[in-house]
Amino acid sequence: MDWGWLMSEPASTFGSKIDSIYYVILVITGVIFVLVEGALIVFLLKYRHREGRRAEYSHGHTKLEAVWTIIPFILVMAIAWMSMDVWLEAKIADGHAPADALPLRVTAKQFEWNVTYPGPDEKLDTPDDFVKRNQLHLPVGRAVRVDLASEDVIHSFFLPVFRVKQDAVPGMVIPVWFEATKAGEYPLGCAELCGLGHYRMRGSVTVHEAAAFDSWVAEEGSAPAAETPAPADTTGGGAEAAEAAAAPGHDHQQPSSEGEGRA
Amino acid sequence: MSTVPIEIGHPSVQHWAEPGHADHRSFLRKYIFSTDHKVIGCQFLIMSLTFLLIGGLLAMLIRWQLGWPGTAVPGGAILGDAKAPGGIILPEFYNSLVTMHGTIMIFFAIMPLLVGVFGNWLIPLHVGAADMAFPRLNMASFWTALPAGVIMLSSFFVTGGSAAAGWTAYAPLSASPELSGVYMGQKLWCLSLIVLGFSSLMGAVNYITTIVNMRAPGMKWMRLPLPIWALFITAILVLLAIPVLTGALILLLFDQTIGTTFFLPKDGGQPLMWQHLFWYFGHPEVYILILPAMGIASEVISNGSRKPIFGYKFMVYAIVAIAFLGWIVWGHHMFQSGMNPLLGGAFMTSTMIIAVPSAIKVFNWLGTIYRGDIHFHVPMLNALAFVAMFVIGGLSGVFMASTPVDIYIHDTYFIVAHIHYVLFGGSLFAIFAGIYFWYPKFFGRMLNPTLGKIHFALTFVFYNAVFFPMHNLGLDGMMRRIYDPNQYEYLAQYQPMNTFISVSALLLGASQLIFLFNFLWSLRGGKKAPANPWNSNSLEWTLPSPPPHGNFPTMPTVYRGPYEYSVPGREADYWPQSEPPGEPERKAAHREEVHA
Repeated sequence: MDWGWLMSEPASTFGSKIDSIYYVILVITGVIFVLVEGALIVFLLKYRHREGRRAEYSHGHTKLEAVWTIIPFILVMAIAWMSMDVWLEAKIADGHAPADALPLRVTAKQFEWNVTYPGPDEKLDTPDDFVKRNQLHLPVGRAVRVDLASEDVIHSFFLPVFRVKQDAVPGMVIPVWFEATKAGEYPLGCAELCGLGHYRMRGSVTVHEAAAFDSWVAEEGSAPAAETPAPADTTGGGAEAAEAAAAPGHDHQQPSSEGEGRA
Repeated sequence: MSTVPIEIGHPSVQHWAEPGHADHRSFLRKYIFSTDHKVIGCQFLIMSLTFLLIGGLLAMLIRWQLGWPGTAVPGGAILGDAKAPGGIILPEFYNSLVTMHGTIMIFFAIMPLLVGVFGNWLIPLHVGAADMAFPRLNMASFWTALPAGVIMLSSFFVTGGSAAAGWTAYAPLSASPELSGVYMGQKLWCLSLIVLGFSSLMGAVNYITTIVNMRAPGMKWMRLPLPIWALFITAILVLLAIPVLTGALILLLFDQTIGTTFFLPKDGGQPLMWQHLFWYFGHPEVYILILPAMGIASEVISNGSRKPIFGYKFMVYAIVAIAFLGWIVWGHHMFQSGMNPLLGGAFMTSTMIIAVPSAIKVFNWLGTIYRGDIHFHVPMLNALAFVAMFVIGGLSGVFMASTPVDIYIHDTYFIVAHIHYVLFGGSLFAIFAGIYFWYPKFFGRMLNPTLGKIHFALTFVFYNAVFFPMHNLGLDGMMRRIYDPNQYEYLAQYQPMNTFISVSALLLGASQLIFLFNFLWSLRGGKKAPANPWNSNSLEWTLPSPPPHGNFPTMPTVYRGPYEYSVPGREADYWPQSEPPGEPERKAAHREEVHA
């Protein structure tokens, strides 16, 4: 538990890079905060009203204005410049995900996450695919590429420990990638208000050691597809079930569609 | 710069508003359907303070649920079984609470307080005019805003409850009743904001015309008090931004009512289109909500420091720069929305740049108090709190502007903390400063300073106790708009912090009762206000409190800027804008003009 300004330990490859930018900004803004608020307090004490003393008559100082325009400009540009590479790495990588990434499909709907696994052949849309609800399993040390879609409203796929957040938008398939660096159990949450069950739209992430993941896939892939969600058996409030089945999330079977998916 | 005196007010306006004549208007024309900008300002004040109270009560309910999840709100049974059976808030009502708290505070409290109240109170008096350019349009503006508010409140009482898709109303949730469970409420929400938009446009047209056309002789642009500069630029933003929102709201209403699919993915609609339209309005809106506050703070800080505002021209340029840049940063609300990440990178850059003019303003406020002669009157305390809190809100914005950091903190309590540091710590403290400062002018009585100081101290402490820890909750990964964070194991451990915030929030709410009491009691019981209780320079302080209908007995002539405090060689440490210069001063002024 952390009550302060430290981030929790990240568990993805770009997580620590994101955190280091956070810490740089924390230091820069922290210093500015102390200087500005400190100056404010000192001035207020020092120049409080005293009998017989008048304020200095001054309308400003053009050189000072130039200084405090240029310095903040340089600082924020430096932060933007620093941020750009990590941003592009996290969101785009090389063509939206590393080439050898394990493909997964996550389809959100009120109020659950359905994860389609490619099965032992590691290809989506083949007969050995299987689906788990609210359970994201993945191997440690290997990139995964998630094709994110939604069947009804906008949800947001939030994996705090991996520093991943991406809205799932109906009508779009948005690629998300990350690589877990530590095995363990982690939370998955919804970060976009999506209806009355938004607060309980959560799942779990299980990061396995590579071998353990392969045996988990073999086990799940051969099990009867009990967990494949039929559209009708959801907790989501019923009326939209038929519509949800027809929603675009199910239409986008080709991972190649991400090009048009971007707005 | 040309010194040609500017034509003021249309003769017909001057004529009907001839002061000194006996006021024969009926009660109805004087106080209800009044065209007097001062009365309309007071009407907006009463309306928006009422909404501030309602919005605050909604916040208390939100904090109750987060502080003590799943327990009955004391007296909450009156909310009814559809909202809170036995006083226990339902998740769907919680969504409705966060939606309506945001909507009411932004559209019906802060915006009308800044633009409706201070725009009406200050513009004609500060520029030296008898009234607004279009007094009847001004009256219509208020009488359009009020029904909009009534429509918004009525949505609490319809079946399905009020809107529950967030104040941002992201489609498709907002566009499809079967997905949100909200039927009439969301339609009323759209309708109310469409109607309110007309009110805002009428106000904006009036403000711009009045400031451009009706300045008294000698009131050059660079002699305008800074609240007027801020309100002028704000009015331009309103005029350009509100129609975008209105258009988007009409499309959203069509999606809900007549089966169109502008924002629904089936049949070619685009959910992201709503976000682009909403934020294209929404980001200028952020500056609509802060620029007038900056103007008020500048006025009060210069007065309280008995010192000219530092870098007047740069303050003006910063306002103008913010207004331009404000149009090209809307995408920073959408970094994680599915918008092309390359576009996100571009929006990050423009967003970083807009931090610069805000920084300039902060440094100039510091420059103003430096070597000042600081009087800690109640308006000054609130204005200083504005600066101190706006610094925090500005700095926390840098975290979210950085796209990679935003991945983690987007839609968490970090953004909740940020927006409240800007809108409460920023705008609302400036509003308090403005009310304490100008209440005597418009109600003829002083607010009690002791109660004012107690109210300020309690508000400042509890405000920070509420919102500062929210940064940390956000960094711990707590999402916003979550009915019960304990659903998540990793968030359940922060329940003590949530309870602490809720206790502070209840105390913050209770502290506002002091202000309410002071406001109401002083109307009759307050000390009679002199014409110029703060020894201030702008034109309204030359008039009795309250000024008569029609404002100025004779056309004022303006000789100098509004911040001539502590001028050497003068006995008084202030110098009213309309006081004719003496001979030595005239020579000095001439020298200055030659140099300029």
